[in-house]
Amino acid sequence: MNSPLQGPAKALRLAGIGAVMLALGAGFAYAAGWIGGPQLTPQRIIDTFEAQAGHYPGYRKNHAKGLCVSGYFEPSGQAATLSTARAFSQTRVPVIGRFAIGGANPFAPDTGIPVRSLAIQLSTDDGQVWRTGMNNPPVLAVSTPQGFYDQVLAGAPDPATGKPDPAKLQAFFAAHPESAAFRQWAASYKPSDSFASTQYHSINAFRLIDAHGTAHPVRWQLEPQTPFTALPGQVDDKQFLQHDLQQRLAQGPLRWTLRLVLADQGDAVDDPARPWPAERRRVDAGTLVVEQVDAPEQGACRDLNFDPLILPVGIEPSADPILAARSAAYSESFNRRSRESLGAGAQR
Amino acid sequence: MKPEVFHPMSRLVHWLMAILIISMLFIGVSMVSDLSPRHPLLIELHKATGLALLVLVIVRIGLRLTLPHPPLPTDLPALQRVAAGASHLLLYVLMLAMPLLGWAMLSAGGYPRPLQLPAIAPHDLHLYAVLRQAHGWAGYLLFATVLVHLGAALMHALVRRDGVLRSMWPGHVRRSE
Repeated sequence: MNSPLQGPAKALRLAGIGAVMLALGAGFAYAAGWIGGPQLTPQRIIDTFEAQAGHYPGYRKNHAKGLCVSGYFEPSGQAATLSTARAFSQTRVPVIGRFAIGGANPFAPDTGIPVRSLAIQLSTDDGQVWRTGMNNPPVLAVSTPQGFYDQVLAGAPDPATGKPDPAKLQAFFAAHPESAAFRQWAASYKPSDSFASTQYHSINAFRLIDAHGTAHPVRWQLEPQTPFTALPGQVDDKQFLQHDLQQRLAQGPLRWTLRLVLADQGDAVDDPARPWPAERRRVDAGTLVVEQVDAPEQGACRDLNFDPLILPVGIEPSADPILAARSAAYSESFNRRSRESLGAGAQR
Repeated sequence: MKPEVFHPMSRLVHWLMAILIISMLFIGVSMVSDLSPRHPLLIELHKATGLALLVLVIVRIGLRLTLPHPPLPTDLPALQRVAAGASHLLLYVLMLAMPLLGWAMLSAGGYPRPLQLPAIAPHDLHLYAVLRQAHGWAGYLLFATVLVHLGAALMHALVRRDGVLRSMWPGHVRRSE
């Protein structure tokens, strides 16, 4: 056995060991994003939401204002040849859902915000879970997370007026020509007077996997079976949509058709800003029946993260980069609000 | 009679886990601030590797409790002896706690678990918050402990030159006595 080192030889080796440890520590810090250039992270996106709308401890960091519902999904059987997901064949699938309006302010008036959403979780008897968050626009204005971040920045409320600066929005749309389809939708969109008569879209594409392992690129949408009535010009009730939903569900269940829209070769399956041609094959996958509504921000949906990448066997994500970014940002929002819910004074 | 080196099985599991744990720590710390298409792949890899590490640490605790292991050098100062014992105990605790915290955290958050594993904690937002933070902090502590472990191993090999690293080194062991 060799004797322990002393003097300069020892000092040199100690320095070498220190350097190895330091290098590994620095590599870890770099991997964590603690050092290095500023990057777009889920944390930065959520920080920006909060900087613009305010800090509301315990609430979701986007689509903050909503309410929980429950019901079931009754598949038609027609989608069972496209995907092995049990939700397309089980007789009746229990559903937990959440209706919400866009934005990070949980106290915004229901009809002051054009974006509406419905997120649902389908739990099948094979133990699989499918969560999908859908919005009323059929497309996004942007194709990438960076584009989305630019859009959020451009839509920042002007401190003087409390409204987004039109010049900034114009500059954003000019710099993002991929937003054409979204702008066209926004210009022609007529809001309905109810969550019940609103259509919700998956926006991002997914892949249905059939029994042979073949993938079918798909977008889906929930088409309301409740007839359309336009939103009145003047609405005084800040909880207009919530009250409406509660009243309607007190009368009876509400229904939507889950429509699968299948892509053709050459359709943009990884770009949420680009619509697919109207003549694409459509399949009636079944009926969503919403039966019950819980009190605002109470109920089973509250403690769920409607991460769009929580998918059952038989459905896979597309390569859409926004899908991955949504998953990362939803997770950050869920972590933060759960942490905040520990604090005193946090309500939810 | 105490052996001079660790059993080949112990050495195999040690180095396999060393590679997986260091990979896991880097994957874990980078995936949470990543929103690129790598994010979901890293999450999947993290869960699968975590499950493998849980199985390996159980095997390893069994090996540690059943196989004889080489003693520390007799001339090691008492303080370093205590530090060695405490840091190894901490490593075992963290190696076992990390995958269990991850599993419990997914359960409490209402998230699906790999291989449809059962929930080991109730679905509860407050509990999720505690477990999620514990998983993160235990990860930082594990990384720090691994760094100290590595530094100590290199001290034994390069400065004290006492055969401690050799007792865990993979492959053929030279007898230099």
